[in-house]
Amino acid sequence: MTRGTHPPKEGVGGRIMETVKEKKAVAKEQKSIRISGAEAIIHCLLAEGVDLLYGYPGGAIMPVYDELYKFQDKLTHILTRHEQGATHAAQGYARVSGKVGVAMATSGPGATNLVTGLADAQIDSTPMVCITGQVPRHLLGSDAFQETDIIGISTPVTKWNHQITKASEIPEVMAKAFFIAKSGRPGPVLIDITKNAQFEEIDFVYEKCSGVRSYNPVPKPNMGSIEAAAELINNAKKPYIVWGQGVILGEAEEELKALIEKAGIPAAWTIMGESAIPTSHPLNVGMVGMHGNYGPNILTNECDLLLAIGMRFDDRVTGSLDTYAKQAKVVHFEIDPAEINKNVTADIAVLGNSKETLKLLLPLVNKNSHETWHNKFKEKYKVEFDTVIKNDIHPTKEGLTMGEVIEEINLASKNKAVIVTDVGQHQMIACRYAKFEDSKSNITSGGLGTMGFALPAAIGAKMGAMDREVVAIIGDGGYQMTIQELGVIFQHQIPVKIVVLNNDHLGMVRQWQELFFESRYASTVMVNPDFVKIAEGYHIESKRVSERKDLKATVQEMIASDKPYFLEVKVEKEDNVFPMIPSGASVSDIRLK
Amino acid sequence: MEKQWFTISVYSENNVGLLNRISGIFLKRHINIESLNVSKSEIENVSKFTIVINATEDWTRKIVGQIEKQIEVIKAFYHTDDETIYQESALFKIASGLLFDERQIQNIIKDSNSQIVTVSRDFFVLAKSGRRHEIDEMHKLLEPFGIMQFVRSGRIAVTKSEMQITALLEEFQEQ
Ligand SMILES: Cc1ncc(C[n+]2csc(CCOP(=O)(O)OP(=O)(O)O)c2C)c(N)n1
Ligand SMILES: [Mg+2]
Repeated sequence: MTRGTHPPKEGVGGRIMETVKEKKAVAKEQKSIRISGAEAIIHCLLAEGVDLLYGYPGGAIMPVYDELYKFQDKLTHILTRHEQGATHAAQGYARVSGKVGVAMATSGPGATNLVTGLADAQIDSTPMVCITGQVPRHLLGSDAFQETDIIGISTPVTKWNHQITKASEIPEVMAKAFFIAKSGRPGPVLIDITKNAQFEEIDFVYEKCSGVRSYNPVPKPNMGSIEAAAELINNAKKPYIVWGQGVILGEAEEELKALIEKAGIPAAWTIMGESAIPTSHPLNVGMVGMHGNYGPNILTNECDLLLAIGMRFDDRVTGSLDTYAKQAKVVHFEIDPAEINKNVTADIAVLGNSKETLKLLLPLVNKNSHETWHNKFKEKYKVEFDTVIKNDIHPTKEGLTMGEVIEEINLASKNKAVIVTDVGQHQMIACRYAKFEDSKSNITSGGLGTMGFALPAAIGAKMGAMDREVVAIIGDGGYQMTIQELGVIFQHQIPVKIVVLNNDHLGMVRQWQELFFESRYASTVMVNPDFVKIAEGYHIESKRVSERKDLKATVQEMIASDKPYFLEVKVEKEDNVFPMIPSGASVSDIRLK
Repeated sequence: MEKQWFTISVYSENNVGLLNRISGIFLKRHINIESLNVSKSEIENVSKFTIVINATEDWTRKIVGQIEKQIEVIKAFYHTDDETIYQESALFKIASGLLFDERQIQNIIKDSNSQIVTVSRDFFVLAKSGRRHEIDEMHKLLEPFGIMQFVRSGRIAVTKSEMQITALLEEFQEQ
């Protein structure tokens, strides 16, 4: 690499500038092509391996849509029925495939409709690139028609954003966008492109971005801290692992499994980490958090060593921090230095990519089994089974439970389905009872808790893993937030299975009202339409189940179908999800009823 | 933990949107930015933000972590007042007549080590650099005579010890 004596003139990273330099050299040989900015955007997407995007057209992005029309054979654009749907579809796609999801929208209202999806992707570390049109450069700041400061609006909810006002910036900025979205701790990037830049012509050459000088995506593992972690593991009597999505994002599933098995450490997951290790694995002890399993929560306060792997101690996981794992030494495996000591103070921080750090750790840990300690989890499970689980999945009462529906889906899909959940009671029940054999199979809105996530995310998930069964589990409330995306499922015959667990309530809020607001059900009773008729209106095969005797056969029929399928299950209206750690309480104060 | 004064130094690429991104991090935690200064740094094309806040060290550390993870931020540090050499500047605009009529003003100028930047028929302008309390002191002394305009800059600071960033930035410069 040749290096000048001065850092780059422009505010982009040095290595980008290097690529620019290299590119200029290449351009001489490789012959650039003269194209419009709009066409350049398409070429950038193709160069990044994008063959599918979701979006919605409008004035300020029309030149790009005109090019999408010309490139239909290489690049599929799915017209969602709302821009929010485009973001969640892109997220669902990204989460099952590990690739960057792409969404596109026009300026003004199109751009602002992306905000929820951006915030969701930001807090759940989902790689996504959103492209928005913007009014022409000369109109910026003039309150032009459909001008919105989407850079200002999206700043707090993006990993990076940038406005392009001249076509010549397109290749570098797009390359940087994909690099930033995917590298390190992934996240959403928004690129806003003024209309003049879409029309202008440039000599186009593309070079992928391999680094940005001010950005260090993956900290180098420090062998000292890994050795110290190994020593703690080897001396621990009651070690305990809580893993999160970092294991999935780092593709460290095998390494985690090897560690658990070698050192005999019981391991629990956050909902974002679920499915990284098969449900059936004997050392997979279940779910932590507000509605997680009894043992994993209560024993957090009995372990002597807590290994937190790729998780960020969200308050829904920890409950009150003042009483969280105070007795334990804490080792935090994390890619993002800003997470260290943010919520829970770590005795040892192991920075780096989880795959890399776990690989380095593995040879240093001793074989062990910790049988007595593991038995404690089994005992607690028995308590939870007898008081909660049994009644959830094998109910004896008349009304249908959400848990038994999930159990039937497990049986019919042989635990092989991708489960996409919305937000509420059905989400917690699905996360608790769905069984998984494969990683990247539990797609849910964890950090933001975005109602309306599941239906569009299921579309994206199916398109990102066409060979897999995708089942969306949605509440009657959240379903109606993005119900219009049935149009996409119908139009493209996307064979997702949609299960609405209808309790005729905003169930999770109703549960809180029952427990903490003396059953004053303020605006949580839902007056619902005929969901089956609505699906029929979209020509989607649909069924309603109201009685237990019809459940098994209908779920089997749904899973056997190779077409889109809608199933409404009328469940008990006022069931509650337990166990529960009331908000602000300690994990030790988990309630079984 | 007790609140104290911290000077946060942020080295970054020049970027139009970065100030918004950084200020949002303070906003989220309801931390008031007491003083903000943006300038070039010792390295060409690398900007330096100097931000003063009153907060606990724990929060300051977390905020600096959040700042540092922004893509265009090269490095961010925080220091206590003891660890830095810092100054602010102020301008006082005062009616010219007073300069000749009030002997005491001439003494204030001499004692405070301030400079007369300009004198016109109607007003003169005094410039003073120093610690916040020195400027406050001078303001108090001049106030009874009538100050036509007053402005004070943000804090600028350098650290007593070497910044770890120096080597990193040198590396950049070589690129
Ligand atoms: C966009 C949005 N608005 C409000 C909420 C607050 N909220 C959380 S769960 C819930 C109820 C969801 O009801 P439903 O979709 O029927 O699911 P259920 O809990 O009944 O299974 C609400 C309103 C939210 N999470 N997201
Ligand atoms: Mg409901």
